[in-house]
Amino acid sequence: MASPAIRFDTLGQVFDTRSGRTEALRDVSFEVARHEFVAILGPSGCGKSTLLRLIAGLLRPTSGSVEVFGLQVGEPRDDIGIVFQKPTLLPWATVEDNVVFPARHKRGRVSPEERERAAALLRMVGLEGFAKRLPDELSGGMQQRVGIARALLMDPDILLMDEPFSALDALTREVMGFDLLRIFAERPKTVVFITHSVSEAALLADRVLVMTGRPGSVLTDVVVPVGRPRGPETANEKAIHDLSAYLRSFLLQKAA
Amino acid sequence: MTSVPTYAASSSKRQPKAMTDPVAGASPFFRRLATAPGMATLGSLIAVVVLWELTARIFAIPSYLLPTPSSVIQSFSSIGYDRWFVHVWATLRVAMIGYALSIVIAIPLAILMLRSPFLSRTLYPLLVVVQSTPVVAVAPIIIVSLGAGDAPRVVITCLITFFPLVVSTATGLAATPPELIELSRSLRAPAWREITQIRLPFAVPYIFSALKISITLAVIGAVVAEFCASEAGVGYFIQFSTSMFRLPQAWAGLIVLAAMSLVLFQLVLFAQKSLFPWSLPKKD
Repeated sequence: MASPAIRFDTLGQVFDTRSGRTEALRDVSFEVARHEFVAILGPSGCGKSTLLRLIAGLLRPTSGSVEVFGLQVGEPRDDIGIVFQKPTLLPWATVEDNVVFPARHKRGRVSPEERERAAALLRMVGLEGFAKRLPDELSGGMQQRVGIARALLMDPDILLMDEPFSALDALTREVMGFDLLRIFAERPKTVVFITHSVSEAALLADRVLVMTGRPGSVLTDVVVPVGRPRGPETANEKAIHDLSAYLRSFLLQKAA
Repeated sequence: MTSVPTYAASSSKRQPKAMTDPVAGASPFFRRLATAPGMATLGSLIAVVVLWELTARIFAIPSYLLPTPSSVIQSFSSIGYDRWFVHVWATLRVAMIGYALSIVIAIPLAILMLRSPFLSRTLYPLLVVVQSTPVVAVAPIIIVSLGAGDAPRVVITCLITFFPLVVSTATGLAATPPELIELSRSLRAPAWREITQIRLPFAVPYIFSALKISITLAVIGAVVAEFCASEAGVGYFIQFSTSMFRLPQAWAGLIVLAAMSLVLFQLVLFAQKSLFPWSLPKKD
């Protein structure tokens, strides 16, 4: 049997800060299969972002292990893309140059194929015709689309998304969610998606992990009982509603 | 029936315009002139000069106390362009070399301080000490140690322009969004590219605000150096003129200095506008 895309095994993470030691994560174990979309839901400060940084190889675990495709994560890998909470684009570079930035930054040059890929990605995220614009000229949602295109440039197997839509207004957020469903239907990826939104998690993910507050650990692991493809009509399905209600009550119970 | 709403609409359109526009009734030519950029500044400047001239004349203020603008202008032209050129060039040369040297040292130093916390810890206090020492007081000492020529003047200019550049650049380099640094690390890009492609461009607004401060400081530095020891330069010219009680001439030198600073400042601003338009604050 092939190894899972991502495997956390009794992982613990402790940070030494000025005010003392902070235990961010405790005994975290879960797996993410290849091309699975896993949403991580939890209160602020439960170490969700730390999980992503561990997968990305930007952080070494204090105890336990993180494996990506069967290999212990030591340093950052080429097959992982990251979408941040804020778009964090380069304000001096055009949309196109922002999308090809990973190539330019890694190797110092951009190949014609990568330029083509960037154009295709911009089409895919609905920004055709905006290639020569500067980020400032774009709305927040459009900027985040550029951020997604940038993360997809190297065609990573794994996409890490850290509350990518939390800075957007409710309507844009919903539209972006449906766009994401369409994008991943075209081009399946292993996705770890961090969010505060219960309905977003239920609509987008194959599985939802709910985490507790600090020190963070996985409280429950729920499979979303709805198949793919999904679209705007999926949001109205009873199973999604039921799951959202369940997750919400679960979170509220734990918060109390 | 229809005339009432029409009247209401047109009056509501006209009224605020008449309230906000002071030259509403003037001819189109005068209107355009009065609303041109910088017109208000120029207008108030002319008013001050005229008031000054009138006051000096009416109250017969002696010229060694307050020369009239007309006598300043007169002395300006009586000096002759070749003499002006010698003095302006002497000051400009020292200011520019000192400024350039300052930039060339400050920016790499800020990068080094970012890369090495040790260097940052050891250099920062030293920089603060240098900055806290009045340059005017240090200048004569430097002149004595470094002797004649441009070298001591350039060093003095450097000393005065250096601090804002280092501090601002260091702040700018550190103000990069942490996400982009994580992106850089996740790509395993070479460290120097993190500086050139992310940190330095993000520091551009900070660097330019320091460049704007430092360009006027550079002129001050050059003049301070001339006050201590020199045989040419606008600062020297002013000192020489006051020692001869030629006040209108000294004022003319002062105006030349101010104009020099202003032009240099505008040049820096122009460089920022044309090279890094995105780095300017947004206008709404």
